Amino acid sequence: MNQAQSFTLDGADVPYRPGQTIIQAALAAGRYIPHLCYHPEFKPHGSCKLCTVKVDGRDMAACTTPAAPGIAVESDTQEINDQRRMLVQMLFVEGNHFCPSCEQSGNCMLQAVAYDLGVMSPRFSHLYPSRPVDASHPEILLDFDRCILCELCIRASAEVDRKSVFALSGRGITKRLIVNAASGRLADTNLAASDKATQVCPVGVILRKGGAFAVPIGKRKYDLKPISARALEDAPRPPGARHG
Amino acid sequence: MPNDTLPEPGVDDALNRNRRDPARLVQILREVQTQYGYISPAALTHIAGAVGLPRARVEGVAGFYSFLHTRPAGRYRVLFSDNITDRMQGSGRLFDYFCSKLWLERGKTSEDGLIRADLTSCTGLCDQGPALLVNGFAIPRLTEERLDAIIDLIRARIPVPAWPHEHFEITENVRRKDILLDHALQPGDAIRAAIARGPRAGLETASNERSWREAVLSAPQGPVATLEEIKRSNLRGRGGAGFTTGLKWEACRSALGQMRYVVCNADEGEPGTFKDRVLLTRYADLVIEGMTVCAYVIGAARGFIYLRGEYRHLLDPLEEVLEARRNAYLLGHGIMGQPGLDFDIEIHVGAGAYICGEESALIESLEGRRGVPRNRPPYPVTHGYLQQPTIVNNVETFCAAALIAIHGGEWYRGFGTAKSAGTKLLSVSGDCARPGVYEYPFGVTIRDVLEDCGAVDTQAVQVSGPSGVCLDETEFGRRIAFEDVPTAGSFMVFNRQRDMFEVARNFSHFFAHESCGFCTPCRVGTTLLRNCMDKLHAGHGSQHDLTEIVDIARVLQATSHCGLGHTACNPLFDTLKKFRPSYERRLSSLAFSPAFDLDGALAAARQMTGRDDAGAHLQPEAAEGAGR
Ligand SMILES: Cc1cc2nc3c(=O)[nH]c(=O)nc-3n(C[C@H](O)[C@H](O)[C@H](O)COP(=O)(O)O)c2cc1C
Ligand code: SF4
Ligand code: SF4
Ligand code: FES
Ligand code: FES
Repeated sequence: MNQAQSFTLDGADVPYRPGQTIIQAALAAGRYIPHLCYHPEFKPHGSCKLCTVKVDGRDMAACTTPAAPGIAVESDTQEINDQRRMLVQMLFVEGNHFCPSCEQSGNCMLQAVAYDLGVMSPRFSHLYPSRPVDASHPEILLDFDRCILCELCIRASAEVDRKSVFALSGRGITKRLIVNAASGRLADTNLAASDKATQVCPVGVILRKGGAFAVPIGKRKYDLKPISARALEDAPRPPGARHG
Repeated sequence: MPNDTLPEPGVDDALNRNRRDPARLVQILREVQTQYGYISPAALTHIAGAVGLPRARVEGVAGFYSFLHTRPAGRYRVLFSDNITDRMQGSGRLFDYFCSKLWLERGKTSEDGLIRADLTSCTGLCDQGPALLVNGFAIPRLTEERLDAIIDLIRARIPVPAWPHEHFEITENVRRKDILLDHALQPGDAIRAAIARGPRAGLETASNERSWREAVLSAPQGPVATLEEIKRSNLRGRGGAGFTTGLKWEACRSALGQMRYVVCNADEGEPGTFKDRVLLTRYADLVIEGMTVCAYVIGAARGFIYLRGEYRHLLDPLEEVLEARRNAYLLGHGIMGQPGLDFDIEIHVGAGAYICGEESALIESLEGRRGVPRNRPPYPVTHGYLQQPTIVNNVETFCAAALIAIHGGEWYRGFGTAKSAGTKLLSVSGDCARPGVYEYPFGVTIRDVLEDCGAVDTQAVQVSGPSGVCLDETEFGRRIAFEDVPTAGSFMVFNRQRDMFEVARNFSHFFAHESCGFCTPCRVGTTLLRNCMDKLHAGHGSQHDLTEIVDIARVLQATSHCGLGHTACNPLFDTLKKFRPSYERRLSSLAFSPAFDLDGALAAARQMTGRDDAGAHLQPEAAEGAGR
């Protein structure tokens, strides 16, 4: 491994290996930067913009910006967290997120990030899109109302499952997730419940039928620890490094 | 998945014309769309199988572009240009006239499947509006009489290609010529000059042995010497960002790759811009000459012209120019007898997406995908078309490069200002007597342009389109130049009768319609901004909405993925600062006011119960306010 190269994050040194992005280096060093569309197992594409930080004063997405020696990264500032709160509010009003009746509640990254950032209200008028549920598949349910268009399922299905079950259509605010079938129904795709694509949705779109309340509310992933702590536990570490 | 309907017979022709190449997917879809009025589910399935892509990916590409439909959208698809200049020329009234005569609802296909009418972003005919597109072909100068004629043609079910030619006559309105528009070059002059530069200039052998051009013994240093002239000229890109062309070409030339590509950005989507249309109509040889010089300099064998769908009427004439140049050995193998000097150009036609003017989105579209801007770095100069080194330049930039190849960089620098070499084409429209294309040396003042175009009583000028800057009369002494008021060419004039709030509202609709939707801030933020503006327009706004606009705009500026999102709030910032009274006039109260008018919703109940006393109103003050 290369000799320690480092940059600063909110004033403190963060070591990195060449090739790492800012967010990878930060998470590996036990430093949380809020994110939604970034997933350690996939190539980052930088669409949610929650991870936006200031790099030497310039706004950059931490998940796509390579770490570089000596850069000064600001993340946990009032201004940047205000921006993040607004981005989260945008995502909430764009879809239909009724958390109390959502079976993903407690396991949902959007909800967890909102709590962690202290988002207290949706702020904007809801857009109330009409996005019908697809319950055609015997094992998997799609509740499009909650899709935040992070493209993780698309990436997982194409890159890991080699199936391309999911894709995007539409443009701008009409952009939406579609499935790979002329009928438009999930049952007519070759999705299997064991596919990676069924395991990556950060919110409550791709749901396993029948397993909704196996873990009761109150005992779920982000009920026990805030996402800022959980994300660090889940981050890949250099071999030998300790978690926590 | 089995499908009981077969694809239309023409689908295979479209596939074959495009070599079943997935990179040509947008072209395939566009051709099927043209032939059948929409792309049927069976056609999508068939195309996906033929080009070897998942069906959903093909459907997703079709769903991205405004001019592609996956449901029947009428035999006649009529799109009224909805730029603010069209509005000022009465397009709103004409659209209503058209719809009411044909019993149409906006965006809904008529029950007999004959026709669908909707609005579209600026079609680049601002100097001869209002304009529309029918099945992709542009019709300028709309009047009620012209619409009556169109309605008759539609009712008689005459196919668009058989409509009287006069409806489609587009004029160039060139009003002021300078070194570019007044050039006296013959096709081939610039290429000949570039080749001739080598031996005379006596430069050392190029440091870049990777470029196969250096193997052409008769002109070993021509590319380098020409590049030096481009660099010496200080030419900067005319498409908006203003990057130094010489440095771009040099970076592309020295980038590692198997192939290099030259792309002419003829997407010209910025509302109020139409100078590239004029260049492609009257000066196509100069554009192509510039592309060929670029190919010679960087060592490219293939080029593309990405022509916006709105300029479909230019496709056939441009193909003819390309063919004539092939016949004259100005394109193809061994151009001008130079062994190894091979270069040819294909035209790709867009399908209604402003974002495809952004260079990396343009390349995505060229590769047959949704026009979503890429993450940068890497930039197109090193990783462009098919991940190979690629030059993307504006139409006008290539024209200037051709002039420089002949006359040299020193000559070119003699025009314009110290920091902005050469001339700039402006597309002037709006409230003026002589709209059209004006070429000026950089440094011309706003006031001089206003005088030349016959603008009187001017309140404001929007320079460089909605993503540019709105100038009020205190700023008319400022200059068109990179160091003062940079511009991609749009110059829209507003007189004192115009409501600058409505101008900004029109622009907010434009950005919401054109956001590609990739990133959260732009996808949702442009819609929230549009909704705020509509709320103000409806008289339901409050001071709170004005601060909300500023807050949303800041987040867009800071966190958006590309220039569209970064600049989408410019018109709102500018008009809020410079024309604030036009906003405040509309506020129903100075504090918070809900988007939903509760009291208004009770009106029906009041009518039914015959009550109108104070108890039947929720907010007596607001009710009075609404009546104003
Ligand atoms: C949203 C957006 C739209 C753009 N549209 C155009 C366009 O229509 N034509 C153009 O030449 N450049 C456009 N650009 C700029 C291009 O990305 C690119 O900078 C330009 O084509 C480079 O050519 P130049 O250096 O010759 O200006 C656009 C940029 C953005 C962000
Ligand atoms: S379904 Fe889930 S994983 Fe897929 S794009 Fe939507 S939010 Fe992301
Ligand atoms: S800023 Fe807008 S246009 Fe640009 S990538 Fe984001 S959503 Fe797309
Ligand atoms: S996590 Fe970086 S943009 Fe989404
Ligand atoms: S809480 Fe239901 S989707 Fe996040």
